[in-house]
Parts: sequence; C-alpha cells; structure tokens
Amino acid sequence: MKILVGYKRVVDFNVRIQVKPDGSGVVTDGVKLSANPFDDIALEEALRLREKGIATEVIVATIAPADAQAHLRNGLAMGANRAIHVVTSDAIQPLTAARVLLKLIEKEQPQIVLLGKQAIDDDCNQTGQMLAALWNRPQATFASKVEINGGLARVTREVDAGLETIEVDLPAVITTDLRLNEPRFIKLPDIMKAKAKPLETLQLADLGVESGDHLKTTNYAPPAKRSKGVMVKDAAELVAALKTKGLL
Amino acid sequence: MSKVLIIAEHLHGKLNSSTARCVTCAKDLKAASVDVLVLADAPDGIAAEAAKIDGVSKVLTGANAANAHALAAVYAPQVVAIAQNGYTHVLAPSTTFGKDLAPRVAALLGVAQVSDIMSVADAHTFTRPIYAGNAIVTVTAPADKVLVATVRTASYAAAGTSANAAPIEALNVAVELPTHTRFVELAEGKSDRPDLQSASRVVSGGRGVGSAENFAVIFKLADKLGAAVGASRAAVDAGYVPSDLQVGQTGKIIAPQLYMAIGISGAIQHLTGIKDAGTIVAINKDAEAPIFEIADIGLVGDLFKLIPEIEQALG
Repeated sequence: MKILVGYKRVVDFNVRIQVKPDGSGVVTDGVKLSANPFDDIALEEALRLREKGIATEVIVATIAPADAQAHLRNGLAMGANRAIHVVTSDAIQPLTAARVLLKLIEKEQPQIVLLGKQAIDDDCNQTGQMLAALWNRPQATFASKVEINGGLARVTREVDAGLETIEVDLPAVITTDLRLNEPRFIKLPDIMKAKAKPLETLQLADLGVESGDHLKTTNYAPPAKRSKGVMVKDAAELVAALKTKGLL
Repeated sequence: MSKVLIIAEHLHGKLNSSTARCVTCAKDLKAASVDVLVLADAPDGIAAEAAKIDGVSKVLTGANAANAHALAAVYAPQVVAIAQNGYTHVLAPSTTFGKDLAPRVAALLGVAQVSDIMSVADAHTFTRPIYAGNAIVTVTAPADKVLVATVRTASYAAAGTSANAAPIEALNVAVELPTHTRFVELAEGKSDRPDLQSASRVVSGGRGVGSAENFAVIFKLADKLGAAVGASRAAVDAGYVPSDLQVGQTGKIIAPQLYMAIGISGAIQHLTGIKDAGTIVAINKDAEAPIFEIADIGLVGDLFKLIPEIEQALG
C-alpha cells in the first residue's frame, strides 16, 4: 500500500509575522521556513504505518518554487521513500492544490492520502476536503487516531463536541490534528542518506491543471491591537475591578 | 441581489448557536433572502428553532436516515443540489462541522472557498485571518460564481429571535449518497457547564495548573462564576483535560464577555483564540508572561493561593 503525504513549506511557527507597511503582504524575506507542523504529523503517521507493515511506500509531495528541494530532502531524511516536487513560482490556493494532488493520485494510485488539516500560513483548512471531493472518495478530517484494517480506516476525529469515530473505505483522504502523534527528529546520518533518495520534479504547467487565482487578496493588515490593561495587586482588587466593569 | 443558503449545525436534535451567528453575517451581505438548510434524520424540531431566528426568510429541510450524523461526504452532494437552485452564497460556521463540510461543497461546485469570514465589505469581498490571526487579509471572490464560505463565529453575535417564524419547506433531495463513510461513535465531554463556544464567561487553565487533579480548582472557579472551562494546548497535550476544551488557533476560537486565563503563558496560538473576548483577565506567577501584554486585568501570583481568595471575594 502506498501513502501519499502532502508536505507544504511554510514560515516557521516560531517566526513573529510582520505585515509590510504598504499592506502588500507579510515579510517573508530572510525568515525561517519549515515544514507545516500538521504535515510533519501526517508524514510521521505514514512512516508509522509503514513500520507496522501496513504501508509499503511513503511518498512526500509539495507544490512550491524551485528552491524547495531542501525542504523535500527533510521529508526524505525523516523517512519517506521518495519525493515529488511540483514546481511553480505562483502562490497556490487550496482548490488548485487539490487539483494538483489529484493528478499525483492518478499517477501513483495511493490507498491513503495524508495531509495536515490546515497550513499555518493561510489557515484555510480546505485542501484535504477538496481533494476528497474531487477524487469522489471519503474524507476523515482532524484525525487524532488512525487504525487501518484491510480496506478500511477507522479514524477518531477531534470535533467540537468531543471525539468522533468514523469508518471509511479506502482509498481515502485523512487530515491530521495535533495529537495524532509526535513527529520524530531527523538524525544526521539520515540527512546524508536522503541525498540518494529519488526526487522527481514536475512542472505545474505540464500537469494540465486548471489554475489561476480564485480569490484575489487585495490588502494585508495587522490585527487590531488590544491595549495593555491594568495590573491589580490581589484577589479582592481583581473582583472589585470586574464588578466595576459590570462583569460580575 | 444575493440569495444566501446557510447550512444549519445541530446535534442531538438541537440547533447550534453557530447557525444564528451565520445569519448575522448574512445580514451584512444585504441579501434578498437568507434560507437555512437543515439536513437531519428528523429535522422538524431543529427547523422550528431555525425558523425563529430573526432574519431567516425560509427554512428548508432534508429528512433522510443517512443524515443522522453530520458526515461531510453525505451532506455535501445534498447541499450542492440545493445550492444550484439559484443561491449566490453558501455559508457554514467555522466550527469543526463547517470546516469539514464547506470545502467539500466548494470543490464539488468547482469554486474556491473563503474560510473564517471576520467582516463583510461587499457581497464578494471579506476580511479573514491568516498566520494565526497575525495578519488580516481582504479577499475578493469572483462575483459570477457561487460563493462558499465559513463564518468565523467569534466575529458575529448570534441573531436574535423573531416573533414571526419563517416558513418551513420540506425538500425531497434526490441525489445519490455515498456509503463509503460511516459514523461509528461520538465520545462527548460530559458536562453540565455552559458550552465553551457560546458561553459569556470562560475560565481557562494552562500548563501552570500542573496536573489533571489540580484542574479541579479551575472547574470549581468556573462553577462559581457559571462559566465554561477552556484550556491551552499545553494543558491538553499534557493530558490535564480533553481536546474539546482547547482554545486557540487550532482549537476553539471564542469571544466570551469575560475570559480568565489562569496559569497560561499566552503563546501566540492561544491568543488568536481569545482576542475577541470582551475582558481578558490573566493570572500567572510569571510577571513577564506574554499573556499580560494583552490582558485587560493582570494579577501576578500563585494561582493555588489566588483562586480560593477570588472565590472568597466573590462571596
């Protein structure tokens, strides 16, 4: 069984995002880029399924500019068997990403596609669901537990009401939530080994995907700031302040 | 003029307040009509609740045993079939229900989706947060296509109730439904406390609470205040409380009138979940904790000493 993992490169979660003064974007020059944390979790889950003997091959794929090869090498160093780099210099929106991933599915015929539930840059939380729709296959989003049994996946999902378990026929799309697993650290020897692993490059333009910006972003603004409040010295003063505000 | 279709969220035969929040957002679209769609196995009671929301033109119901649980793969083709009856906008709440369903609907319609609408500029232009709310973008969707979007529930108050109930229309949605996705079970956090996403007061605990046992002090204070209980990711990851209590970028985004952050340092991902709260109170032993940068009222000290004192001062 093959598993395809979506592996997006994003601004590292520790970077403090700054909006450019002219509102044209956020500052990305010189900031640290890393794998989307949810995608690291997706890759880790795929690797564990391979280690259990359920999966035979794990493929990491990204849709990114030409300089994203090092990023894919990280995925290979973590343990993926091979990588696919769909090259584009355009910013890709979720519907286009889903259409590209569908092309890779047609090519690779995976039984499971594992994606992060959202990318921490655009916070869209759409690609997995869109891909499942286009593929006409099940989706199991926000997974905190995945069990594969033959042609079935039993997935526990983190939903607002608690933990929901669903069963889906494979092939299917599974998107990961935070507590599915803790991704492993990459070891130095694996970085060396990753250099020899296959990395296939495809041009987005050659895939025949209907592309283009579906949504136009016209302005970036910093969020409204909450002003720093007051400090109180003890519990009595706190309760008095809340009463003054009419909150108690 | 816009014709809006809102997908109702419900559980155990009760309408979720997120639906009435979507109605408030829909009003900003200056729509000609705002219809609510209730897909359920037994939708009548839920539809009656939805019909009372002020601003709703009509409630549509799709009764089907297959709709007993909100499976996106089952709901989506039905929403698509109904949306094609001249609707210009399809809205769902930005809850796990809406986040799961709306993109599947959008992709079937071949359109992009706007996630987490914070404000409406015009019928196709919206603001939404990116980078955990550290930037707010203005996005415009093509005006010649159906607009599918999720509504950031913390940005909109729930619409009130109307004296005149909207008409309810039962639909026969004749589309083939997949059987490849099946509900197994829902393990709910059992609680008599207010619902975290709609409560006017929330008391949250973080890593500083120290253990699952110690979280009893948070629950006790919450009960004294009639508040819902929340938690930071650190507290959930450490196993102090279940995941449905998590507040933040990847948990629940909430806007209570009063939010008390206790033993929470205030990681940026947590702050994004609470920045619409009316008043934020922070209690932390570390005076340098980032939570104090955004708190309206801060108190430095040991939470285990301070909470009993607060309870005493509350009388």
